[in-house]
Amino acid sequence: MSTPTIARPAADARVDGARIGVVTFPGTLDDRDAARAVRLAGGEPVALWHADADLHGVDAVVLPGGFSYGDYLRAGAISSFAPVMGTLVDAARGGLPVLGICNGFQVLCEAHLLPGAMIKNDHRTFLCREQVLVVENATTAWTGDFEQGEKIVIPLKNQDGQYVASERDLDELEAEGRVVFRYDGWNPNGSRRAIAGIANAAGNVVGLMPHPEHAVEPGFGPDSAAGPRLGTDGLRFFTSVLATLVR
Amino acid sequence: MGRVVVDVMPKPEILDPQGKAVANALPRLGFHGFTSVRQGKRFELEVDGEVTEEVLEAVRRAAETLLSNPVIEDVVRVAVADEVGA
Repeated sequence: MSTPTIARPAADARVDGARIGVVTFPGTLDDRDAARAVRLAGGEPVALWHADADLHGVDAVVLPGGFSYGDYLRAGAISSFAPVMGTLVDAARGGLPVLGICNGFQVLCEAHLLPGAMIKNDHRTFLCREQVLVVENATTAWTGDFEQGEKIVIPLKNQDGQYVASERDLDELEAEGRVVFRYDGWNPNGSRRAIAGIANAAGNVVGLMPHPEHAVEPGFGPDSAAGPRLGTDGLRFFTSVLATLVR
Repeated sequence: MGRVVVDVMPKPEILDPQGKAVANALPRLGFHGFTSVRQGKRFELEVDGEVTEEVLEAVRRAAETLLSNPVIEDVVRVAVADEVGA
């Protein structure tokens, strides 16, 4: 079998200087991957620390995946009270773009920046697969580089991935177009209305369970129509926010 | 030393995967006749002195903010440990 061609996307001149913070909590696993995704998209990743309330002037923030505080108590619950979150909640309400991936999504829900909560998968097992998502809203700060209704493939890996919310909150999310991603085909965790990702009313805060940061570089991503391991749909989350920042 | 007990249960309308797993396991071990199991959490908070009304109020606030998530869970009891036989 031939090795896939590794073509690195060139850093886009229009986004020079955009600084994207990536928060590390105790137990965070995917901060390095998120930082790498930011760099591959053309931004400058800035490491942020959970115990430091200062956001160090970043232009956007990624809350990466990975079992913060061991997910003791509830997934993302203890992290939502970390010093950095106090500052981040205020900044997000003021319009700072924030992306929560997997555990980061759970943290955003626990911090009440996004409605609802995450419970164990309905089949009760940890799941890792290449997941097809439908892009339901291509107008948020993190999805502008997608097409409405487009299907993308990024990895999914979680145990507490079942999104739940009150019927009223779900109706409101649907009515306001704040369901950003839905699972295509089989619902991998029993999430209400097959919701994989949502946004706040302003569209600057987005949370999703699957991992775009693991699908940013040819040779290391999911299989795609172009060939095995060539999927890079995740990269456009990061190019989207960089484009948002220079708009 | 005083102790306060906080019981948190998943809301009735929320599927409780842990409880469901336990319910499925019971008949395999010969325990029949249980139609449903729901699994909650019990927290025990200790204080140096007496459990005053002030202490209980602080525990109630902790129970509603950190110990439970009101979207998926209910705080079903906040009580002094002696009163619940612990």
